[in-house]
Amino acid sequence: MAAAAAASGGVPGARVDWRLAAPLGLTYLAFFAAPFAILLGISFYADAEQTRLGLDSWTKFYGDAFYRKVIFDTLKLGVFAVLATTLLAYPLALVFRASGPRVQRLLIFIILMPLLTSVVIRTFAWIVILAREGVLNQTLMGLGLTATPLNLLQTELGLVIALTQIEMPLMLLPLLTIMNQMDQNLVDASRALGASKWRTFFRVILPLTLPGWIAGATLVFASATTAFISQSVIGGARLVYLPSLIWQQSMVVYNWPFAAVASLTLLFTVLAGIMALGWLGRFARTS
Amino acid sequence: MQRSTPGDVAYTWIIGLLAGLGILILIGPVLVVIATSFTTSQTLKFPPPGLSLRWYGELFNPARSAQIHTAALNSLWVAGLATAIGGVLAVLAALAISRVARPSARVLEASFLSPLVLPTLSYGLAALMFFSVLGIRPSLNLLIAGHLVVIAPFVFRTTLASLSQLDPALLEASANLGASRLYGFRRITLPLIAPGIAAGCFLAFISSMDNVPVSLFLSTARTAMLPIRMWGMMETTLDVRIAAIAGVLILATLILMIVMDRLTGLTRRMSG
Repeated sequence: MAAAAAASGGVPGARVDWRLAAPLGLTYLAFFAAPFAILLGISFYADAEQTRLGLDSWTKFYGDAFYRKVIFDTLKLGVFAVLATTLLAYPLALVFRASGPRVQRLLIFIILMPLLTSVVIRTFAWIVILAREGVLNQTLMGLGLTATPLNLLQTELGLVIALTQIEMPLMLLPLLTIMNQMDQNLVDASRALGASKWRTFFRVILPLTLPGWIAGATLVFASATTAFISQSVIGGARLVYLPSLIWQQSMVVYNWPFAAVASLTLLFTVLAGIMALGWLGRFARTS
Repeated sequence: MQRSTPGDVAYTWIIGLLAGLGILILIGPVLVVIATSFTTSQTLKFPPPGLSLRWYGELFNPARSAQIHTAALNSLWVAGLATAIGGVLAVLAALAISRVARPSARVLEASFLSPLVLPTLSYGLAALMFFSVLGIRPSLNLLIAGHLVVIAPFVFRTTLASLSQLDPALLEASANLGASRLYGFRRITLPLIAPGIAAGCFLAFISSMDNVPVSLFLSTARTAMLPIRMWGMMETTLDVRIAAIAGVLILATLILMIVMDRLTGLTRRMSG
């Protein structure tokens, strides 16, 4: 009964039906909010044995240049992933928009396929491709572009290439949605008034599709900075990001307070990225 | 339309090339893995020196791959239950706040969607600490609870989207004709939002099967999950069986996806 009431209530001033929202809300309180509260609490232990309270874990983490570099590298990786997915997703979205329904369905399929393939498998694929005897090196050497195989595994470049594929559907789906809603008349008008294609793109298409890009960039940034499997398998032991640091501190060294600090730092890093993107969106709308 | 300038021609070419590169980078890896899974060789050579079903045989051999089978069954069980329970809770929550414009509804909506952007890796560690403080030993039930929280948003989002497209006049008409609210829900609302619920459940199930961040911290050797087992295989040996698992998963996903597309118009739904 209540269900039907909520669903039919298109009336202004309709109220949240708490009886229906409560089950999920309480589940989130018990299994989502409470764990984060515990995580925050544990971060205030000063020692790995959790006997002494204090800010030592926090001061040690933020006082050490190594850990500050890990935070910076994690942020940088997220930004690179957003830039790389943007560079390829915008052209793909433009081609999608210009295509007929059959090609569009095929493109959607191509875009969804990797999204529905396990992240572990996508990472595995990139090992086969990026290895010294891998597909990419064979192709480059076959074309005579390079004489010796390039080292791509265990490099930031290799990781960004892999993340570009792994995260691209997250950028593309919101971008395609908003491209489809964009008014073609505005594009035609810009062209008819003599604007070049470049100018039309930067002055008409880009601003109109910015909300879609922001939604996509948020997901890509959040996902790339926390992509533990890809970071650890492709990045290897040489490249350290926050997720692998969290894993190592919690499950190898068993320093839970320190792992909690690293974990909260990852949370703040992602939130900072999301807020920066949101701010960019507001800024873009007002200017 | 005006005459094409060199700049316009360059624009068309650059957009075309980048889009082509985008498509290549999207499907290339999937194709490479499928090809690799049929290799005759002991290693991950591409292109494969010869084609065979050798690694699929290894994968389905109960004696050789028992651990993988256990992990796969665990993953299916957890994904199934988490999707079922999380799906029901998410549909109820979506019904509760659809068409409510109040700030309280927006706050609830944002909280219910938050696992989509908050780092679930941080959540995985938080959940481990939480359960260990409570003194609860790791089990498949804990994994179900953890997965449920991070996959419910998929169902919540698609159900909310379906509800926003539902014409309220239909329910008013049914009420005017004397139908009870429950009857109206059962016969009108539910059938109309069912495709949205199904699409959300499909995404939730897939993302639970693929979940690393939560399983990483909550699973143990006894409650191994498929992606974690595969990660272990990748870290140590680069076993070709991973490519065979990939082949099986890709085929299963493809079939599920085609079925879902027929039932719910998944591709339409996901492109907005």
